[in-house]
Amino acid sequence: MKVELESRIVEGPEVVGVEPALDLQGKALPAVQPGAYSRTVTLMPRAELERRMVKGPDGVEFEVEPLRDYYCEAGPTVMPAAYLKIVEDLFNWARSRSIWILGFGTGCGAIEMRPLMTPRFDAYRFGIQWRPTPRQANLFVISGYLSVKTLKRAIRCYEQMQNPKYVVGLGSCTINGGMYWDSYNTIKRLDDYLPVDVYIAGCMPRPEALLQGFEDLKKLIRAGKAEGANQYAERFDWYKANQKQIIHDWDMPDYNW
Amino acid sequence: MRELYARLKERCALGELTQQRPNLGFVTLPREQLRQALTHLRDSEGYTHLVLLTAVDWLEDGQFQLTYLLSHRTQGRDFGLRVLIPRMDAEMDSIHDLWPTAATYQRELREMFGIQFPGSPGVNDDFILEGWTGMPPYRRDFDTKRFSEENYNHRPGRETRDPTTYMKQQLYPGGL
Amino acid sequence: MPFDWMKIPYALLTLFIVFNFGMLLNALIQKIGARVGRRYGVPIWQNYADLIKNYGLRSSITHGVMYYLGPVFRLTGGVGLLLFVPTIYGSEMFSNLSFAGDLILALYFVFFGTLGMALGAGESGHPNAAIGITRGLSQVTAAELPFALAVFSVALQYQTFSITDIVAVQQAGFTSWTLFTNPLAVAAAMLSFLGSMMRPPFDVVLAPQEIPIGPPTEYHSSYLALMQTNRAIFPIAKIVLYMSLFFGGAASWPVFFLKVFAIYMVSVLVGVAFPRFRVEQSIRWFLIWAVPLGVLSIVLV
Ligand code: SF4
Repeated sequence: MKVELESRIVEGPEVVGVEPALDLQGKALPAVQPGAYSRTVTLMPRAELERRMVKGPDGVEFEVEPLRDYYCEAGPTVMPAAYLKIVEDLFNWARSRSIWILGFGTGCGAIEMRPLMTPRFDAYRFGIQWRPTPRQANLFVISGYLSVKTLKRAIRCYEQMQNPKYVVGLGSCTINGGMYWDSYNTIKRLDDYLPVDVYIAGCMPRPEALLQGFEDLKKLIRAGKAEGANQYAERFDWYKANQKQIIHDWDMPDYNW
Repeated sequence: MRELYARLKERCALGELTQQRPNLGFVTLPREQLRQALTHLRDSEGYTHLVLLTAVDWLEDGQFQLTYLLSHRTQGRDFGLRVLIPRMDAEMDSIHDLWPTAATYQRELREMFGIQFPGSPGVNDDFILEGWTGMPPYRRDFDTKRFSEENYNHRPGRETRDPTTYMKQQLYPGGL
Repeated sequence: MPFDWMKIPYALLTLFIVFNFGMLLNALIQKIGARVGRRYGVPIWQNYADLIKNYGLRSSITHGVMYYLGPVFRLTGGVGLLLFVPTIYGSEMFSNLSFAGDLILALYFVFFGTLGMALGAGESGHPNAAIGITRGLSQVTAAELPFALAVFSVALQYQTFSITDIVAVQQAGFTSWTLFTNPLAVAAAMLSFLGSMMRPPFDVVLAPQEIPIGPPTEYHSSYLALMQTNRAIFPIAKIVLYMSLFFGGAASWPVFFLKVFAIYMVSVLVGVAFPRFRVEQSIRWFLIWAVPLGVLSIVLV
């Protein structure tokens, strides 16, 4: 794995729009003169990620390369199901009855998750709980639009969850961009970046729709079809390529578990 | 508001007072006098709170308008100072020494509009757009739709309807 | 004393009964808490599903030996506490490994799990875990102090360190319970009990669904499942200790179930009625209210 740490210099002029842009009334705006915008962008090298000498407690100096030495480089592996079908069925039953959601709200849809804890909807009776740490969670609800910055964190969280793990895309933003379909900063197809088991459509979906979506997920789990984690491991390179295509400052290991 | 305007006018060359509500007024002033006016408002007039610092892109005029909105906490009044700066190689003096919070606004403006604030702490760090190298997205000549189409994968099958005609069809299928 | 091999299956049977009772009781308590909040609450077998799910997770990662041993220590603390206290008084089958002087050992086991957990979670290297440990250790220490005082008061009162003997003295009827013969010690111990049950108002250490979940931040899969097993056993074991020392012990399983439930409910009732304390508040609370009671009880004996 190689990480670019030299600062990249991008120099203008840089004009994105070629056709004349229209203002709100549909009148053509004055054409952009070349050179109208120029700037020098320096991507700061991250000091804590650079190769450096470290002095250990015993006085010995040694060199560390954080991304390589502090993280394990092994990628994800496909984990087989239990050998006996009856055992796997038991596990699947338990998995479907004990869904622990990672408490990470990525977009406006997160506001619809909170009512599920209240007396009116009470998701606990379906075995659904919220967990504050990805280690213990096994369902990641992407609640709405994902900006590129959040996507980076979402990937890290997803990779820290333990196999088997599930992803539910909440709201039309995760499906085709929703009302952020022309935004400069949000992705439009969640399943290009993470393996999604269930989509819940709506902007935003009501809590009832969420409960229905969780029931569908449970059916998938019971049937042994929710194998997103293994799918992610199988097509790891494809997912990584998609992710890196839009995350430009990739400053983390390729697989962060 | 009027008295405040009069008092301020003695010190700086002010433009017209735009009074939007009895307790909210805006005034335009030249860039050189901004700091003096801000200091005066903060220290002598009681406008101690910087509510926001934002920018408007007047593409046709080739100018950015920076708005410094101040608030008087006890009187419940807001007063905005506007400064026009040229769009080309836009640069503005930092006011982080007057209000430390301004540094965050300036960092955002640098990223979203490409306005430089030399000397402002951390102004060149990424704010929301990590690793962004192109034109800042809040400039009006930045075409977000095109950018989005070029950069983010698209799921086919999306329909867009004009809300007015579509709702008419839905509500009055027989025609109005 | 020759070792009686038959004690081992008996001990396992005790463990089995207590484990299942604990799982169901925990769910029941959760349900009661939910009903207070006008929710329907979890199904009664929810804990089993969670447990099987966690054992059934396919991947797990370790952070080192101590990380691995943390949950094991914790479970040892729970099981050890249970086995060294006579669960059912007078029953050959369920007295387990109790012997003269076991009170000191029991006190040690109460603390053992927490320490193991602290070491294990410390090795996980997660900052939230470290914060959780500092909070947890300081609160547990403050909470255990009155309990230790109460225990010594009781030991002084009966002039013995054997739990079996203490229970034996209390068999004469209600009025011979420590609750009535040494009320101050019981009061101090019950206040400490509130603190060590990890229920509100003293549950900030382990707030289960919030960001600083505390020591178990990094624990998952089987590690977490071990800890869940312990969460079923440990409270019961602890209540058994309380029951034996202060509430006359139990001579049969039905009495056992009833008394354990009643004692557990004390902390639940307090928990649903009061909001959460911050750690420093709860430490102050223990030191101001519970410790003097404990000291007084020793002085008066
Ligand atoms: S689908 Fe709607 S509610 Fe959900 S994140 Fe997108 S815009 Fe927000």
